Amino acid sequence: MKSIEELEKIRKETLEKVNLRKDRNGIRITVGMATCGIAAGARPVMMAILDELGKRNITDVVVAETGCIGMCKYEPMVDVYVPGQEKVTYIKVDENKARQIVAEHVVNGHPIKEWTISSVE
Amino acid sequence: MLYRSHVMVCGGTGCTSSNSDRIAKCFEEEIANKGLDKEVQVVRTGCFGLCELGPVVVVYPEGVFYSRVKEEYVPEIVEEHLLKGRVVKKYLYGESVTEEGIKPLEETAFFKKQQRVALRNCGLINPEDIKEAIAFDGYKALAKVLTEMTPEEVINEIKKSGLRGRGGGGFPTGIKWEFAYNQKETPKYVVCNADEGDPGAFMDRSVLEGDPHSVLEAMAIAGYAIGANHGYIYVRAEYPLAVKRLQIAIDQAREYGLLGKNIFNTGFDFDIEIRLGAGAFVCGEETALLNSVMGKRGEPRPRPPFPAVKGVWEKPTIVNNVETYANIPAIILNGSEWFASIGTEKSKGTKVFALGGKINNTGLVEIPMGTTLREIIFEIGGGIPNGKKFKAAQTGGPSGGCIPAEHLDTPIDYDSLLNIGSMMGSGGLIVMDEDNCMVDIAKFFLEFTVDESCGKCSPCRIGTRRMLELLNKITSGKGEEGDIEKLETLANSIKASSLCALGQTAPNPVLSTIRYFRDEYEAHIKEKRCPAGVCQALLKFRIDPDKCKGCGICAKNCPTNAISGKVKQPHVIDQDKCIKCGTCMDKCPFDAIYKK
Repeated sequence: MKSIEELEKIRKETLEKVNLRKDRNGIRITVGMATCGIAAGARPVMMAILDELGKRNITDVVVAETGCIGMCKYEPMVDVYVPGQEKVTYIKVDENKARQIVAEHVVNGHPIKEWTISSVE
Repeated sequence: MLYRSHVMVCGGTGCTSSNSDRIAKCFEEEIANKGLDKEVQVVRTGCFGLCELGPVVVVYPEGVFYSRVKEEYVPEIVEEHLLKGRVVKKYLYGESVTEEGIKPLEETAFFKKQQRVALRNCGLINPEDIKEAIAFDGYKALAKVLTEMTPEEVINEIKKSGLRGRGGGGFPTGIKWEFAYNQKETPKYVVCNADEGDPGAFMDRSVLEGDPHSVLEAMAIAGYAIGANHGYIYVRAEYPLAVKRLQIAIDQAREYGLLGKNIFNTGFDFDIEIRLGAGAFVCGEETALLNSVMGKRGEPRPRPPFPAVKGVWEKPTIVNNVETYANIPAIILNGSEWFASIGTEKSKGTKVFALGGKINNTGLVEIPMGTTLREIIFEIGGGIPNGKKFKAAQTGGPSGGCIPAEHLDTPIDYDSLLNIGSMMGSGGLIVMDEDNCMVDIAKFFLEFTVDESCGKCSPCRIGTRRMLELLNKITSGKGEEGDIEKLETLANSIKASSLCALGQTAPNPVLSTIRYFRDEYEAHIKEKRCPAGVCQALLKFRIDPDKCKGCGICAKNCPTNAISGKVKQPHVIDQDKCIKCGTCMDKCPFDAIYKK
């Protein structure tokens, strides 16, 4: 180890991977992963979210799975919980939409209204 | 690769002995079967502290705590929790499940009052991966010290923090470092005392197993402060897992250039070697330890000269305990004011205790100094099992003493414990209930010190043995008036004249049990009775004629044919033949046999 910068680089890189064990107060994304969700393609959606978060070095976002909420026809569904705001539910998400949700909603703070459940009900 | 979920399986010695390694493998297989291995990571980590409930598994991001995990639970946890996102409540630590939902681990009674400084990374990181240690600020304090601070500033910071040695003596760490810093002679050495030998103590082992890098980092900091370039860790060979993880940590630190030559390009060199001890208790005494490090017989020598003047290879040396070192990086990073704000006036910071004996939550806890014994035992420790009554707690192992119920509300620190006739020691805390005989407890600890006495000085070698003979006499029903006084006289002479701390403290368990439980000693001597029903020679097994159905099972099982009686009529035990083995009591289907 020749410099503090080198140490800091390793620290940051690894912290991204392990921080979910410590800081658990950030944004939370849940993906509906019951039979209906999985059949509709929820797993590639979640992998896309994880991949996008990883590319952007976002470490304080928790990605979790959840069960069926009863609206199976709208699966894959993704909920985004921002602390202090109401949850936003996205429906019929695919990999491409998932990446944009991360970019627009999680990073820039603008929910994409036309993909949310309120756009159909 | 970013994983969405981390399954942390405890890989400490406690959980490993309840087969946690197998559980970790099951998780890996099951996760791979379900195709989740790109999303879920299995990590073997250090001790979480709740050893009683092992093997323990914590799943993040939820932070839920599965306890006493069995192999057959694993498929269900993977299927339900990791695949479908539904926590399997029935396998969770019961205390964390409430009507309102699942409490975060930090909110449960066991963790709530704890404050983790020395154990900050235990259970949080994979101890075999230096990068995870670095992620949680590992080696950051070393970088700060080497690039921003002078050795004097480091020593002052440690002095101001008020940190005192966690090995038992409680000597101020900063002052020790200053002594060594002021020595002109070179080279100097840094030694880590990891020869944890008290029965029931496992704090140091857990730090070495769960966060070895914190110790390596602190030793390098100490080296910089006193002007040493070489360190030795003296660890007992009976801690194979700790030794293995330490070696991995040292190798990784060398690979990353955090040990070795020219660290952080500052021109500072530091390297560490492991020295294995064979498990002699006396080698925890610093001068004996130094002899053992040099390959000599592990015997103490008189001080002065103190190790800071003449230590390893007759050169200035500092010897600090594992837990003391584990506190150092946190003090450097958070500042001495922060550390000094925790604890009591003369004892700063936190202390790790290993809870054992008659207590529900056997395990490892770290609490701020000044926490009362009542909080540790009844809140964090979950109280005494089976509704039994608390009798006493032993701190300081064979060097300490017992604390009776009347002192439960004493805030624990170095000085308050000395005032009530015990001592901090390294942090073993053994709880005793009404079924424990205090004379027997004193005998147990004395047997240990008699075995472990190195034999160099006669007060310890001969004196402790004479004391043990007196105790054996008392517990076998042959005690005489005056024996207690003899014990006290002997104890005081041994304390005053022994060469090292082993002998000087060996009589403590006897003295403190006499101080608080003199009536139990007197019952053994005058009434030939053991009030707790422990001392075999003083017990008599009897059959309750009202409960006895005359089935004859006891008579059949008695190895000395001491029981006789007619079928369907109450039986009797012949006290002359009875060897008090207790077999009849275990075998009786009607609980008709009692001992008194």
